[in-house]
Amino acid sequence: MTTFADIEPAAPPAATPPGPSVGSLLPSATPLQLIDADGRPGPNPGDLTLPGPEILLELYRRMVIGRRFDRQATALTKQGRLAVYPSSHGQDACQVGAVLALRDQDWLFPTYRDSVAVITRGVEPGEALSLLRGDWHCGYDPYQYRVAPQCTPLATNTLHAVGLARAATLKETGEAALVLLGDGATSEGDTHEALNFSAVWKAPVVFLVQNNGYAISVPLAKQSAAPSLAAKGVGYGVPSLLVDGNDAAAVYAAVHTATQRAARGEGPTLIEALTYRIEAHTNADDATRYQPGDEVQAWLARDPITRLEAYLTVAGLLDEQAIARVTGEAEQFAQRVRDLMNDTAEVRPDELFDHVYAQPTASLEHQRAELLAELADSAR
Amino acid sequence: MTATLPAARAGRATGDQDRPVPAPVTMAGALNAALADSLAADQRVLVFGEDVGPLGGVFRITDGLVAKFGEQRVFDTPLAESGIIGTAIGMAMNGLVPVVEMQFDAFAYPAFEQFTSHLAKLHNRTRGHVELPVVVRIPFGGGIGGVEHHSDSSEVYYAHTPGLRVVTPGTPADAYRLLRQSITCPDPVIFLEPKRRYWAKETAVLTTDGPAIDRAAIRRPGQDVTLIAYGGMVSTALEAAEAAAAEDWDVEVVDLRSLSPFDDETLTESVRRTGRAVIVHEASGFAGYGAEVAARLTERCFHYLEAPILRVTGLDVPYPPPHLEHLHLPNVDRILDAIARLQWDDHA
Repeated sequence: MTTFADIEPAAPPAATPPGPSVGSLLPSATPLQLIDADGRPGPNPGDLTLPGPEILLELYRRMVIGRRFDRQATALTKQGRLAVYPSSHGQDACQVGAVLALRDQDWLFPTYRDSVAVITRGVEPGEALSLLRGDWHCGYDPYQYRVAPQCTPLATNTLHAVGLARAATLKETGEAALVLLGDGATSEGDTHEALNFSAVWKAPVVFLVQNNGYAISVPLAKQSAAPSLAAKGVGYGVPSLLVDGNDAAAVYAAVHTATQRAARGEGPTLIEALTYRIEAHTNADDATRYQPGDEVQAWLARDPITRLEAYLTVAGLLDEQAIARVTGEAEQFAQRVRDLMNDTAEVRPDELFDHVYAQPTASLEHQRAELLAELADSAR
Repeated sequence: MTATLPAARAGRATGDQDRPVPAPVTMAGALNAALADSLAADQRVLVFGEDVGPLGGVFRITDGLVAKFGEQRVFDTPLAESGIIGTAIGMAMNGLVPVVEMQFDAFAYPAFEQFTSHLAKLHNRTRGHVELPVVVRIPFGGGIGGVEHHSDSSEVYYAHTPGLRVVTPGTPADAYRLLRQSITCPDPVIFLEPKRRYWAKETAVLTTDGPAIDRAAIRRPGQDVTLIAYGGMVSTALEAAEAAAAEDWDVEVVDLRSLSPFDDETLTESVRRTGRAVIVHEASGFAGYGAEVAARLTERCFHYLEAPILRVTGLDVPYPPPHLEHLHLPNVDRILDAIARLQWDDHA
């Protein structure tokens, strides 16, 4: 009887690609960390380099402003000023760290949970909140800030980022794209297609998975049996990093390293940042049904702002006055958000027909006229 | 067929001083010429999809393009339709004009979310800041003896989605014109290619002159009844009109060309003039494209109608296997039967 052992090992098929070694693609077993939960130098920095003082201070400042913005937006939702607000609280380091690592020419592809990333990129808060206030789907010009519309369907934006990055390579314009996604989105098919396309094309794109533990109510254990979400890169030939997502310095350094790689034409990187969603999914959710209270408490103790503040204070880079200055700036920002959102949203009914096609069709013009006539009638 | 396409070249419009000579060309050849001419005319144009490179596509529509324009502009992608449409969206955001191929109608379905939630809506979501001049070529419909999943008429999924244009050519010359118009259009265009007509020939001049992208074309003028068709059914409708002439019915055949937007003006004018209309399509009738056409024309032409508007469509069944597909597809006899039911006796 012939067994497999009797068969001569065949030469590998000619089509086998000379891909990178598995080991060169794998993330570390434990998350990379530059600053630990107590604000001391992290024990597992890997190849990441601690950013300089100016960058650390800016990470701190933008996180404090972002957190205040987030709290304000949550309050405005409770007051009925916003239709809905998915909070970034807890993920501050991921969103601020990643965005500050981008260069001006790079693009950000955010999701609905990434409002803090969007304002950190410089989008005017009134424009950023159009979607959630409900006056238009996207309130800003993506080309002005190089920020794609916040994406509500999961993982679809990964492919847009890869396409935009591929175009940058073809046009030799040098942009890289950063796409944000969550742990749940790694189960979607588009994520896998995007990782695969990006690797085949060596597209200058960075995938940042903010693993906050929950996809609405479903915990990670029911989402994935992988060793880590970062480990998913290896199957596609995408090198991966696992970082402490509450360490803004580590997130910044990881995204910075990845965008540098992308800019050198070395292709995509997958980064998984371990973090936690402190608030419910949105104001319409009841997290007490699935989120243990002691779990929330444990993650509050790993707060990204507290730890960076401790580090900077010990390092002599931050004092009471500087903290008060940043806090004051954050209060002013929140006041601006309140003022903007307390104005009644201005909507123009017949704008509905303006942007369906580059030029409205005859049929749309007919509907526009009918709607305006209906409104004129009801105003009478 | 090669990239130089001698037959098609002979029929190319080359300028006023060099009058083009009509020449025989297939729809496949005309589509290939349209892609080649678009790639040559605009550096932003890219052609990509599954097997569109050295193979030239499973229907050879992209034959010779990679040799002529290089792998930067014409390339094979991984086998993932959502990936193709999603990355085309990103490329268009960054200033390119992707012309992508879905290999078959039913194989485009994995990309449904990218079509409906992104390709169709991004212009709207961004208040017009982002334009997506993406063309998605999809061979559609049956009549080629294809095994399952190779013969769907998927037009309504797209036509029902605001923000997408949906067009389909009925003749080789129009395939050239309509594809070039689609590639220069700032809106996303779903370009449905009637695969059963790929090898139909016509002696024609290939030119972009003619009806605009959103206009229907009267393929045969007539006085008694308006026969409305598109894509693979246009030539069947013309055959039926010929046969009807023997029965003294003077049938007008209108080729819709654009399914979305719908050319109300041309169709309303025709039906008001003839007072009778029959719509033909391969797709199932229930909630099909013909229902929208019948409703629109009834709303606009009710007082001109001599008879209810009738539909001749595929059956309300999943697309049949090859040995049964002839029972599903509209044919000349079914069209003539429908014309015969338009209450001629009542009128007389």
